[in-house]
Amino acid sequence: MDGNKDESERHKIEAPHWTEEQIKRRRQRNLAIAWALAGFIALFFIVTIVKLGGNVANRPI
Amino acid sequence: MSDTAISNEREGALPDGGAGSARDFFELLKPRVMSLVIFTALVGIAVAPGGIHPVIGFTALLCIAVGAGASGALNMWYDADIDARMSRTLGRPIPAGRVTPSEAAAFGAILSVFSVMTMGVLVNWVAAALLAFTIFFYVAIYTMWLKRRTPQNIVIGGAAGAFPPMIGWAAVTGGVSLESAVLFLIIFMWTPPHFWALALRSSGDYEKVGVPMLPVVAGEKATRRQILIYSALLVPVTLLPGVMGFAGALYMGVTAALGAGFLWLAFVLARTAPGAAQEKAAMRLFGYSILYLFLIFSLLLAEKIFGLAALPAGALLQGM
Repeated sequence: MDGNKDESERHKIEAPHWTEEQIKRRRQRNLAIAWALAGFIALFFIVTIVKLGGNVANRPI
Repeated sequence: MSDTAISNEREGALPDGGAGSARDFFELLKPRVMSLVIFTALVGIAVAPGGIHPVIGFTALLCIAVGAGASGALNMWYDADIDARMSRTLGRPIPAGRVTPSEAAAFGAILSVFSVMTMGVLVNWVAAALLAFTIFFYVAIYTMWLKRRTPQNIVIGGAAGAFPPMIGWAAVTGGVSLESAVLFLIIFMWTPPHFWALALRSSGDYEKVGVPMLPVVAGEKATRRQILIYSALLVPVTLLPGVMGFAGALYMGVTAALGAGFLWLAFVLARTAPGAAQEKAAMRLFGYSILYLFLIFSLLLAEKIFGLAALPAGALLQGM
């Protein structure tokens, strides 16, 4: 039993403790990555349309 | 989690990594340097013969900007040890402890790969190869190899900052040419007097961290003389676009006048005695050099926009 208790104490210490400020910054970073990825996808989509031009709908069925 | 991280937490410090804001990561991209890179690349795109779809042109510009930023982040990662000991760079995200070196390295590496691959897939592979070479040159040749070894670091390393208009040109034409090499040469010759003027003021910092900048190794007098020599070489180079026919009379006239101003400031600095007067003269030249390059490239852009670039030199004067 005591051994189990020690084990749970050890996990308690190792669990990462995020402060409010860190959580706020992580959220900011996540949002920045999300926006960058969305922009990246949009860029590829737009350039594809630009390069295909009028041929975008011209494909054999 | 490592023992260090646990003890950091126990002492109330932030755990390793995860402490930087999005703004800190943006700072790693050296946004001020990036703005000059974007502008010169834009001019390269604009003055290149032929046309480019605005969306593709924007994509090329974005890739160049991100690639330049990525190399800035990798530079800050590698130089974090000396940045922490120089007053000018002490507040950067890594020495300030807001971003860990490994975070900066990963950030820079990912952005480098993405910018080059995107340039290759969406614009063309010549521009992508030039962008990859520029990043490699700035990080490996300048930052890792030359910067801490030779006082010529900024002369050779300056090539990295000179590539953007060439990449812009390649984005439009799919190749390199003499004209784009001239744009490269203008920035290449401009970098030493521009940077050494700043180094005259920060030489104490560089000496402290053992970076062999010219004022540290050769002394202030030799640096002032080198600034004058490079300025004298720079001015004729800036006139080459007119000689080669891709800039007009307006460019030639204004650039010659601006060049005379540059030479005068370099001459004044060369004759100034060390001390407060030298610092003042050096900072005046440094400030002027930024304006000088901006105006030269603005003139190329303006002539292209208003269709003046095709005018033979002297045509404007004849029309007066």
